[in-house]
Amino acid sequence: MAYYEEEDYKKPFSIKVWGNVIPFVKLYKKAFSMAMSFLILVSLIDIIYPFFQRYAINNFITPKSTEGIGKFALVNGSVLLIQALAVIIFIRNAMTVELNVSKSIRKSLFVHLQKLSFTYYNKTPVGYMMARVMSDTGRIGQMVSWGLIDLLWAVIYVIGVFIAMLFLNVKLALLVMTIIPFISVITMYFQKKILNVNRKIRKINSTMTGAFNEGITGARTSKTLVIEDNNLKDFSQVTDKFYSSTMRATVLNAIFIPIILCFSATSLTMVLTYGGYIVMKNPSELGTLSVFITYAVSIFEPIQQIARVFADFVSTQANIERVTGLLETEPDITDTPEVIERYGDNFNPKKENWEPLVGDIEFKNVTFKYPDGDEYILTDFNLKIPAGTTVAIVGETGAGKSTLVNLACRFFEPTSGQILIDGRDYRERSQLWLHNNIGYVLQSPHLFSGTVRENIRYGKFNATDEEIEAAIKIVAADSVISSLENGLDTNIGEGGDRLSTGEKQLISFARAVISDPRIFVLDEATSSIDTQTEQMIQEAIMHILKNRTSFLIAHRLSTIKKADIILVVKNGKILERGNHSELLKQKGYYYSLYKKQFEEETGAAVLNNV
Amino acid sequence: MQSKNKGRFNMLYSFMEGYKWLFALAVFFTMLAIVFNYLMPQITKIIVDSVIGNEELKLPKFIMNFINSHGGRDMLRNNLLACSLLALLLAALSGLFTLLFRICIAKASEGTIRKMRNHLFSHIQRLPYSWHVKNQTGDIIQRCTSDVEVIRNFISQQLIEMIRTVFLVGFSITIMFTMNIRLSLIALAFFPIVVAYSAIFYNKIAAKFKFADEAEGALSAMVQENLTGVRVVRAFGRQNYEIENFDTKNDHFANYWIKLGFLLSKYWGIGDFVSGLQVTLIVIMGSIDAANGVITLGEFLVFVFYNSMLIWPVRNFGRILSELSKTSVSLNRVLEIVAEEEEKDCEGAVTPDMTGDIEFKNVNFDYEGVKPVLKDISFRIKAGTTFGILGGTGSGKSTITYLLDRLYNLPEGQGSIEIGGVDIRKIQLEHLRKNIGFVLQEPFLFSKTIKENIDVFENSGDMERIRYCADVAAVDDAVMSFSKGYDTIVGERGVTLSGGQKQRVAIARMLMQKPSIMIFDDSLSAVDSETDAKIRSALKNSTGQSTVLLISHRITTLMQVDVIMVLDDGKITEIGSHTELLANDKGIYKKIYDIQSSLETELSHSAVQTGGGN
Repeated sequence: MAYYEEEDYKKPFSIKVWGNVIPFVKLYKKAFSMAMSFLILVSLIDIIYPFFQRYAINNFITPKSTEGIGKFALVNGSVLLIQALAVIIFIRNAMTVELNVSKSIRKSLFVHLQKLSFTYYNKTPVGYMMARVMSDTGRIGQMVSWGLIDLLWAVIYVIGVFIAMLFLNVKLALLVMTIIPFISVITMYFQKKILNVNRKIRKINSTMTGAFNEGITGARTSKTLVIEDNNLKDFSQVTDKFYSSTMRATVLNAIFIPIILCFSATSLTMVLTYGGYIVMKNPSELGTLSVFITYAVSIFEPIQQIARVFADFVSTQANIERVTGLLETEPDITDTPEVIERYGDNFNPKKENWEPLVGDIEFKNVTFKYPDGDEYILTDFNLKIPAGTTVAIVGETGAGKSTLVNLACRFFEPTSGQILIDGRDYRERSQLWLHNNIGYVLQSPHLFSGTVRENIRYGKFNATDEEIEAAIKIVAADSVISSLENGLDTNIGEGGDRLSTGEKQLISFARAVISDPRIFVLDEATSSIDTQTEQMIQEAIMHILKNRTSFLIAHRLSTIKKADIILVVKNGKILERGNHSELLKQKGYYYSLYKKQFEEETGAAVLNNV
Repeated sequence: MQSKNKGRFNMLYSFMEGYKWLFALAVFFTMLAIVFNYLMPQITKIIVDSVIGNEELKLPKFIMNFINSHGGRDMLRNNLLACSLLALLLAALSGLFTLLFRICIAKASEGTIRKMRNHLFSHIQRLPYSWHVKNQTGDIIQRCTSDVEVIRNFISQQLIEMIRTVFLVGFSITIMFTMNIRLSLIALAFFPIVVAYSAIFYNKIAAKFKFADEAEGALSAMVQENLTGVRVVRAFGRQNYEIENFDTKNDHFANYWIKLGFLLSKYWGIGDFVSGLQVTLIVIMGSIDAANGVITLGEFLVFVFYNSMLIWPVRNFGRILSELSKTSVSLNRVLEIVAEEEEKDCEGAVTPDMTGDIEFKNVNFDYEGVKPVLKDISFRIKAGTTFGILGGTGSGKSTITYLLDRLYNLPEGQGSIEIGGVDIRKIQLEHLRKNIGFVLQEPFLFSKTIKENIDVFENSGDMERIRYCADVAAVDDAVMSFSKGYDTIVGERGVTLSGGQKQRVAIARMLMQKPSIMIFDDSLSAVDSETDAKIRSALKNSTGQSTVLLISHRITTLMQVDVIMVLDDGKITEIGSHTELLANDKGIYKKIYDIQSSLETELSHSAVQTGGGN
């Protein structure tokens, strides 16, 4: 499990950053304006509501009369009803805006990710991309709906209340207003501190999850080493840190809130004192005093809310910048306009113009380094792979066996030099043309959620059921698949989790076969599978390799030996090259790799077959 | 069910041990804060009624005496500011107690949770090996993080909020009843409705929420699959299909939430209306009473004020109630871990010398009643010798090593395992494991530096010894070739240790332990034979008197050990030295020996038939 830590964000508010979001909001103009207008209605009702009390005091209580109270109740009730309806309407529209905006941003991110090159995928953890697509978009959607609503409500309420107070009594209104600057400054001060502590808490929290993860996955090793106590010591340092940070946040909050309360009480005191003198002179002002009391107490929450939401807006800029950063990343590998003109792009291919692919591959003076690396991995590399040839690439884990395949498949392009397919530089044809002709079986076979049938059909969309059956027969997966509960229509769970590795392998072979590729890549599994499955897989591979140009990133001897060309890789570079017997005779690195593998495999084979 | 209920709250209660008085103090402070907060409107009432208005002052006698001796109502009228300042004082007191309350509750709840987390961590480490084999890491982590978070939320907020609300309602209702019974009854009548409404609604929403959550999970899983499977997507040129698939799930997700939003909008709209209605009813009935002189204007204001202060906590109460079930589910999930029994020593466990012979006597073993893995196995390993085990998958070879290190306990009556004549079940577990160095086939390295990984046994910081052990394990050179050397963090981006390097680091780590017994569970499988040989000869020179148990498929490795045992299906089929086993023509050992030593022959062979077959 990877825990991706986000960097801190410390920049001022910027309209420019938020401008990036406007096009997405514009798509939902109607819902957006509905939400905002009904919200305004709600805030206006909130402002005038205390006037009902004033009316009651001035017209019923002070004159000691109940005349017209029925009508009063009716009006009051209708206002309540209007407000309830307005609340329902604005929440619905706000929800619509929130989810649709994040939905559209999510979609453009996803579409863009489908275009980005492997360079990007190689240096970017999946967790990072997931966070962009899933949580950043959600947060942005929330801010453009609820954030704006909270802000707008608070601003309208505060302004409205002041207008109402000014209308009722100018001096009293000005008196209450003197509190505002204090509250604002204090709120901003605390907000900033609290935000920082919360950030720290989140960080420690993810460290803690990581520590749990390690404690649990490493528990067996810890047992054999008897280091449980040490581990606990390390862990309790993390929980101690968490404790002290949360305490800090609590103390900050605990101080902040009473301060705000005291200010609100101060304003109440002023209203009572000054208002009291006014009423003593003019008893008919009692109703007004009651309105002031309500306002004086209720104005502080919106002021705090403005500060809070504003801080949220600033911190959401980080989410927006990360999203736009991803959207602005250009794919490294692109087709030229001429190529697109003739062959179409990834989304709208012009298949009618595609030439059939034969499968001759030639590396011609290829020099290569990974875009994010400094070291040249290939220099002036030449290799001719005639159609139908099998190339095996061997070496230890992490030795860089995938590089050649990455280049041949145009997941990366040579830094200089050319790669010719059927005699033409592959950059003269579209990526999709090449990719449609590649069959790829991964080390840990990657299947998608869904049924077996859907997964096989991934190789060829318009495949008929007969074609699927045929593909299964070719890789000899028929007995395995028919033993599944629903045969081809068995749901295999997320990533094919309900199947064994061997079963997954077979299905991914069938998927590759049905696409009938001219070029086939097999990234072979290192993990040992039982001999029976191994036998089946070997047979499947035999069938697939027939008449295709293929690359085998190989571990199993039986596979390696079959290859026409074997490339031996160490520390990223090609160390030896030749066929099996040539390489064995050299008694070099290949020999020692082979010997190790030979002993492991033969030992296991004999023991497990007895 | 009843006992289960009791179990989980008992567990929570026991974690609160040591913080109980803090919880009590928190409750006390919050009550004081409420009291002072609720006295504030009383000041308003007095000022409105008796200072500004003409009602008679009703206050405790000593205050009345004080006021009257200083000029009565006129004095108050002239010092309105002083009266109002009293409100400020009350606010300050209320604020002070709120502050104290928050600090107490945070100390208590965070302390409790810290205790719970530490306990879980330590407990999980000490749970038997078999428990770790049975349970999925993801699920355990979820319980230790999300579920603990739910519990934290409960004790730091919901629990105290519930106590607070009950007190708040009780307190203000009492005051309200002393002012006007009819009005209070009207106010009170709404509360059960509001609570029930909130609780029912939140239950309903929880059900919908599950769907929306699942839709989010499906979308998230789809994106994850797409991103991790990017090679497959590109290799098949399936970007368009992926986008269509994404669109469907993206729409689903958004629509579920919008639907949920519609439900929420109804809840808020209706909730606002109902509570607004209650307030309005109080205002109207209050106005009528005030107009008829039943209550004073001040009382009217205070009454309306109290009432409006109650609405929120009461609405929230319903929500908390509906969320209680969530807490109890989480408590249960945590309890399931806590209730598991840790590994423990038998009574009077001993710490004997561990350098003696190892002896398995008529050992039978099965994993939880599933088919027997070891069938009446007896053998002796002489102290200081190297003992090799050869066997296929399921032959029981690993089980022997697990039993010796007591990762699994051999049940009574199933034979015995002795070290130096002492039954290992009587040996203190810590002593046993400290003296047995165990290298697993796929060792786990911690995400610390390589240095810290090797030194993890006792954090000696002895760099010389660390490098010495690494050198014996033939990994020193490789580590030094990393740009950060021994300070390279394992698993950090850019640095991938190969399987062989990991195994060698694990061996170095084990050597730091200076154990008298060493177990290599096929732990050189990813290392080539030359390095394997190099490591073993270095081991021999450095370990001296250690007894070594070695599982391997490699004859070149096994031929150098003192005694080799061949296991098949839980039984010993061959045992003896290399030469003895070779003499058995029908033996598996001989067969493997023949094949593996044929490599040289094959070499000359394949020179003839280029490419070579099987």
